[in-house]
Amino acid sequence: MVDTNPFLQASVSDGSDPIGPQVTRRKPIKEQLSIFFGLLAVGLCVAFLIGNNISDNAHEHENECGSLASLNSMKPELLRPVSRGPAAGVSEKSNRFFAKVDGTFPAYPWNNSMLSWQRTAFHFQPEKNWMNDPNGPLFYKGWYHFFYQYNPNAAVWGDIVWGHAVSKDLIHWLHLPLAMVADQWYDKNGVWTGSATILHDGKIIMLYTGSTAEAVQVQNLAYPADHSDPLLIHWVKYPGNPVLVPPPGIDNKDFRDPTTAWLTSEGKWRVTIGSKINKTGIALIYDTKDFINYEMLDGLLHAVPGTGMWECVDFFPVSETEENGLDTSINGPGVKHVVKVSLDDERHDYYAIGTYLEKNGTWIPDQPEIDVGIGIRYDYGIFYAAKTFYDQNKKRRVLWGWIGESDSEAADTQKGWASLQSIPRTILFDQKTGTNLLQWPVEEIESLRLKRNEFNQVKVQAGSVVPLNVASATQLDIIAEFEIDKEALERATGSNVTFSCRTSGGAAERGALGPFGLLVLADERLCERTPVYFYIAKGSHGNLNTFFCNDQSRSSAASDVDKQIYGNFVPVLKDETLSLRILVDHSIIESFAQGGRTVITSRVYPTRAIYGAAKVFLFNNATEASVTASLKIWEMNSAFIRSYPRHQKF
Amino acid sequence: MKSFIIFLFLVFPVEAFRPTLLLGNLIERTCKQTPFYDLCIWSLKSNPESCNADVKKLAQIMVDSLKTKATDTLDLIDELLEDGLALDPAMRRALTSCAERYNVIIRADVPEITEALKTGNYKFAEKGTNDAAIEANSCEMEFPGKSPLTDMNKVVHDVSVVAASIVKIILNS
Repeated sequence: MVDTNPFLQASVSDGSDPIGPQVTRRKPIKEQLSIFFGLLAVGLCVAFLIGNNISDNAHEHENECGSLASLNSMKPELLRPVSRGPAAGVSEKSNRFFAKVDGTFPAYPWNNSMLSWQRTAFHFQPEKNWMNDPNGPLFYKGWYHFFYQYNPNAAVWGDIVWGHAVSKDLIHWLHLPLAMVADQWYDKNGVWTGSATILHDGKIIMLYTGSTAEAVQVQNLAYPADHSDPLLIHWVKYPGNPVLVPPPGIDNKDFRDPTTAWLTSEGKWRVTIGSKINKTGIALIYDTKDFINYEMLDGLLHAVPGTGMWECVDFFPVSETEENGLDTSINGPGVKHVVKVSLDDERHDYYAIGTYLEKNGTWIPDQPEIDVGIGIRYDYGIFYAAKTFYDQNKKRRVLWGWIGESDSEAADTQKGWASLQSIPRTILFDQKTGTNLLQWPVEEIESLRLKRNEFNQVKVQAGSVVPLNVASATQLDIIAEFEIDKEALERATGSNVTFSCRTSGGAAERGALGPFGLLVLADERLCERTPVYFYIAKGSHGNLNTFFCNDQSRSSAASDVDKQIYGNFVPVLKDETLSLRILVDHSIIESFAQGGRTVITSRVYPTRAIYGAAKVFLFNNATEASVTASLKIWEMNSAFIRSYPRHQKF
Repeated sequence: MKSFIIFLFLVFPVEAFRPTLLLGNLIERTCKQTPFYDLCIWSLKSNPESCNADVKKLAQIMVDSLKTKATDTLDLIDELLEDGLALDPAMRRALTSCAERYNVIIRADVPEITEALKTGNYKFAEKGTNDAAIEANSCEMEFPGKSPLTDMNKVVHDVSVVAASIVKIILNS
């Protein structure tokens, strides 16, 4: 039965909302108009009814909006024009990274308003075109420098050169001219990823991968043309490049992404480069005194069978006891070393904590069962090619990660750009668990905080949604704590069933003790919403496991965007409250659970929960437990990322 | 032929139970791992460069085929659009949208895939081939009624899927 008065909002199902009603009073003239349009709508719907079952779909659609209980989306089944057969297997598998929908649904008619909303206010991105890996981050003479893989010609990968930007605070960035272009035979086919090393005298060298004119991957040396220029505008490539070529037994196309170098006890510099032998991912290791001549060590830094090619290897120390970062060369008691790899085969970043044996240049994981590549990921959403640097300015280790798009390439081409960088995150060893790293947005992001909205001790009953009165909800910094009803925790029956965010029914799948959390980038009627939430699963022995998820399944009415549910287990210690932090910035959501023990970054592309129509809600879709939430929500300013002012001469 | 097979059965008895090794040269072995065997075989064998080619070259040959088919489709779309006022608005809208999608395939996806295959950064080849398949499918879905491009969209889609499968083989090798 079609709703003849389309102006009345669909009621929010399952429980009342104690904060306030959502329907406003209407003036008489609007009632007349409502009746007119209602009749018009009836007429149109009658026309549609002929030869179509769309009336059923409209009814379901009305129920769908505002209802968390509805399970899978009930899109009208469209005729499939082509038989896709086993092709489903092909595109589904690669959906995980580039996250495309399988293409059987129509492409969404994106308009410029929707597309231009997607650009972020405070995440690093160039003015247009394609970006990927972060390169050579460093702090020098008062400026943070950021370089990145960039295509000057298109919104897809290709023609790669090094972009460059500077900032005083890792947040407000100013674009500079390209640092390096593909003007030599040894990087003609691509000026690829590299890292910076700061030498004893404070000078900088850059090691980067070039794809030669013959498409061989080699390592090249470059350095600033003028060390007295704090902006480091011009770069010089060492005339004797390349300084490293693929060693015997290593394929010409499996040798890339040199790391920042660290000192050995003999006073040499040591560097590692990822590769593979058959399906074993490996990290080759080299010593050098001058970055021109190298000796390859006999062994490998590390290797893990079955993980495939290791890209963007990163290797760095963390303190087990101090709350500050460590220079890359530090070693000794109270220091653990992290190996991080980007797995080419699945496009996810993994890390593992272990011990560095300096003598023969090897590293052993503390827990081989969660060795690098088979254990913990930096981020359970979209996050790849990450790289850290030691910020000697504030004595912290800072992490950058490439965040790709999860919409169609056609949309990227239409909007003229693709990809973001994460907000830089500090990295610390998690002393409480001893097994995880903690990632947290750099504190400078707090300078963007404008109006603060506080909500204290809000009780959210099982099966309810609470709208939060936040004026503008597209640029937010949210810090929230949740306490779950203890009785319900004890009362709940455990089961053997294993839970996984990815294979669950998302926020619509109700358990006794979850899901509960926030709905961000949600429109008033919850037709579009992205739940960021906890789900507590009780095992058959009464043990509690907490999961942290981002559910994109209803994030957009568009069908040509990724709709997966991301997330993972998050360690929660006894007597810890559940806490999360969410940065919402237009088409990116970065969410951090338990102080950054588990992190999820998502790209979302709503069609109606945009601009002023975007709202934020608390929700609790558990069947038994109520939760009490306390939140601070800041509306965030833009970082006004733009070109370095032209009138100032370089 | 018969005596040859008997010979192989005698010399390699184990291999007798593995017809792929018996019959397969690289093209056949590769195409068996794609969802559209016949299309794959035909596309590769009709290109003389496939002789003695390695898997990477086979992938590039599929991409060349993709470019040709996509260009042919775009040419047809342009022709149909030239009918101008004779076209009904829904058809014109669909064709214009399809033209954009095919432009993306030819000007963005194909160069991306080609550069990725050449330089060994295969994940971007996978991304581009998957996207080309999606664009062809999306074009087909634009038509509310009968599509004038069904056959050509199917070919472009299927060729893209085959190319993506071959790239996956490279990535997993």
